[in-house]
Amino acid sequence: MTNLKNSAPSPSQGEGWGGGKKFSDSASPLLDARDLKVAYGGIQAVKGIALHIAPGELVALIGSNGAGKTTTLKTLAGLLHPSGGQIHYDGKSLKDVAAHQRAAMGIALVPEGRGVFARMTVTENLQMGAYSRSDNSEIASDLARMYELFPRLAERKNQLAGTLSGGEQQMVAMARALMSRPRLLMLDEPSMGLAPLMVQKIFETIRDIAAQGMSILLVEQNAKLALQAAQRGYVMESGAITLSGAASELLGSDAVRRAYLGG
Amino acid sequence: MEIFLQQIINGLVQGSVYALVALGYTMVYGILGLINFAHGEVVMIGAMLAISSLTALLGIGVPPLLALPLSAGFAMLGCMALGYGIERIAYRPLRHAPRLAPLITAIGVSIVLQNLAMMVWGREYHSFPQLIANSPHSIGGAIINDIQIIIFILALAIMAGLMLLVHRTRLGRAMRAVAENQHAAQLMGVDINRVISVTFMLGSALAAVAGMMVSANYGLAHYYMGFLLGLKAFTAAVLGGIGNLRGAMLGGLLLGLIESLGAGYIGDLSGGVFGSNYQDVFAFFVLIAVLVFRPSGLLGERIAERA
Repeated sequence: MTNLKNSAPSPSQGEGWGGGKKFSDSASPLLDARDLKVAYGGIQAVKGIALHIAPGELVALIGSNGAGKTTTLKTLAGLLHPSGGQIHYDGKSLKDVAAHQRAAMGIALVPEGRGVFARMTVTENLQMGAYSRSDNSEIASDLARMYELFPRLAERKNQLAGTLSGGEQQMVAMARALMSRPRLLMLDEPSMGLAPLMVQKIFETIRDIAAQGMSILLVEQNAKLALQAAQRGYVMESGAITLSGAASELLGSDAVRRAYLGG
Repeated sequence: MEIFLQQIINGLVQGSVYALVALGYTMVYGILGLINFAHGEVVMIGAMLAISSLTALLGIGVPPLLALPLSAGFAMLGCMALGYGIERIAYRPLRHAPRLAPLITAIGVSIVLQNLAMMVWGREYHSFPQLIANSPHSIGGAIINDIQIIIFILALAIMAGLMLLVHRTRLGRAMRAVAENQHAAQLMGVDINRVISVTFMLGSALAAVAGMMVSANYGLAHYYMGFLLGLKAFTAAVLGGIGNLRGAMLGGLLLGLIESLGAGYIGDLSGGVFGSNYQDVFAFFVLIAVLVFRPSGLLGERIAERA
């Protein structure tokens, strides 16, 4: 067996933190969630998980449908309220910090299903991304940069976002999140419903952004793609993190292969 | 022909007032999916505040052309505070309640406001002070007076200003974002409670102006005037497609025209059985017809889905 650590599903202090010894133990994490519990419509969807993201790290959170990945991201973004545990961002507790304030602090979430503003133009969507910023000239130059990064969007900048294809909408959602100049970018199933070629393109972009030093938390059902891009990974099952470690080790682990990589 | 032209003029003037009020309904519906049935009472309170402050200002010798904008500002500020308070006290606690609860609450708020107004201003009619000569002008045999001209032009200017606000400013973008997807708007850093408050205040400011226009046009205000006016403006919003700003404006103008032409010709058409006192019937014919044949309204899209 590999040297992966099996974290207990029950909360336990100091566990699950620094799962991959080679990574980032020294740097203080940008995001640090401990014993995080979320109840959703009477069901305990997240049962006391611990995860952290170091500055500049690309971390994948994988797991099957209904494992609690989206709930975790929504809670980190402030859209759902945890029933227990703590989240620290940049050393500060996020308790009582509303979603819109977290956005202003540099936490960006590209939600599942993209959540683009369908009745706004592409440019207006990107301007919404910069809503918390007031440096207008910088916003304008970031807008130009996004159109360089996503030339497809430049051609469609005055089109209503609702008229774009799924892949283009994913680009809008990502560019919109980047417009906030986030320090932590969270992506929820960016490959969902996209054609293989588009998935490749989206992942290339994710790698590029990561290479520029952005901290990224990537939730994916496509475990292989996610672990290939990431440095570290967490495996989530029924609301608990069952495995964590270096992405390359997770890719090689029998348990992960059997469960998520189709043998 | 003169009658036709006259009814067109009357209809456009009345319709522009309906449009201002309908905008308040449609903005709130667009953002919260709530029909704020208390909105008509805000119009009434705007009229009452304007008349009271105007009378007081004129009483201490303020020149009419200064008193008018001052009292308009007073009525608008008063109504903005009222709109903010209504949302804060009556609707915000019910944000996640089943849809029927805020609807019934809205009716309750409407009754409370009506009774409060009756306690403050009494049951009698209050007359709008005459400030200008209000001289009539003749266009092709039809008459339009100064106040009507002012109402129509001012209403169009306010509507144009609102469209600019909604489509060209950061606040307007935030309003549209919240209307479309509250979660995504929050993720962009939009404080949705603030946007909702601002929306109520904007709608209430328009209501105050509309209330002032109606009372100036008819020369009267009354604690009960908000009820029928509110229902008609709601009809106008539904006619145009509730939730759609352009729809509210179009619906308001159209409803004004339908009512006015209907009232002008119903006597002839029915051989004198019905008179122009049946004017109010038309609005509700329109409401029923729209709900039966085109529930999404003239410019309405399918009801916005929430993510």
